[in-house]
Amino acid sequence: MPVINMDDLTDKDKALMAVNQLKTEIKLERWLTSKCCEEIKAYIQAGEEEDILFKGIAEDKNPFKEKGGCVIF
Amino acid sequence: MGEMEELRKEMENLKDQITAARKTFQDSTLQEAAAGVTVVGRVQLKTRKTLRGHLAKIYAMHWGTDSTLCVSASQDGKLIVWDTITTNKVNAIPLKSSWVMTCAYAPSGNLVACGGLDNMCSIYNLKGKDGNVKVMRELAAHTGYLSCCRFLSDTEIITSSGDCTCVLWDIETGTQKTVFAGHQGDAMSLGVSPDFKFFISGACDFTAKLWDIREAECRQTFGGHESDINAIGFFPNGNAVITGSDDATCKLYDLRADQELLTYQDSSIMCGVTSLAPSKSGRLLLAGHDDFNVNIWDMLKAERVGVLAGHDNRVSCIGVSTDGMACCTGSWDSFLKIWN
Repeated sequence: MPVINMDDLTDKDKALMAVNQLKTEIKLERWLTSKCCEEIKAYIQAGEEEDILFKGIAEDKNPFKEKGGCVIF
Repeated sequence: MGEMEELRKEMENLKDQITAARKTFQDSTLQEAAAGVTVVGRVQLKTRKTLRGHLAKIYAMHWGTDSTLCVSASQDGKLIVWDTITTNKVNAIPLKSSWVMTCAYAPSGNLVACGGLDNMCSIYNLKGKDGNVKVMRELAAHTGYLSCCRFLSDTEIITSSGDCTCVLWDIETGTQKTVFAGHQGDAMSLGVSPDFKFFISGACDFTAKLWDIREAECRQTFGGHESDINAIGFFPNGNAVITGSDDATCKLYDLRADQELLTYQDSSIMCGVTSLAPSKSGRLLLAGHDDFNVNIWDMLKAERVGVLAGHDNRVSCIGVSTDGMACCTGSWDSFLKIWN
């Protein structure tokens, strides 16, 4: 669908487009959810250690650490 | 039976067939797969920086790929490029139209884009010869507001619009390369896949669609939300999609199973989701809501494990930097905050 002008389409054109789209989507080759869930879990667990928002970061290694403040000796 | 009535019946029939086909591949849930995983302990992120400078509501923000610079757009009529570490404003770009709703940073760092009620996507060159930031191109053809835009490169950008379409533009010629039509409501948000081959769009027809950029077709459509989808993003590995809706929930859809895996909801959360971003590993999902908060979810266990409370008005945008080091929130209170 390169360039089309939506304003040129009638309601019937749009309905036909929707029906054709559904016909395409039915044919999709699907995977079992069990396989997909395992992949997602594996991906997350492989990356968790390096995920700063999840693991946290030491103050002195944090590029966003708050500057300044007083040091009491 | 009239033609339209016949077409409607055929549509319902086809949708039922798709629902049935999806069910036959539903042999387990993400909850079951994650049964042995311990839920994340309470996540408490701190505000490390507050970016002050906008004079009105912030509607959008986007990190640059260097994880240091970011761009924000406000209805004070300005785009500001910030150095998030020093909090300095690298550029403050005055806009022709102050009704801006979205902004984007090109992966190269050379360009930024924005748009809104002017129905246009304006491209700005940050690295012009004389040092001044100027409009490089105005991409005009949408007949509705620009809700979102994302660069594929310095020469191509994808936009989503209130006219229900998404468009792939050639920036150099300023022309449309492809119009992605199919949504039956305003397209509100879009996200590009990590390999740049696909993009996803969320719309006011309550569905999310996956589009093949080069084949110029819609591959899959995901339903289930009970209201407008305002926010959408790819799960970090590119094989799943996360949506956020006015129905106050977020959903995770897997592209290969072609169906929803999980809904992130809590009876105490009644405000619509405005924005979302997964953490780098995908373990956490940060979702901004109308009630001024950002909820943090454990994506595997679907439990809320934290809240970012710090803004005095709606959180309109959120983004996690490319290296996963920090999250940035933008709000109607005119401030951006950096958290980790």
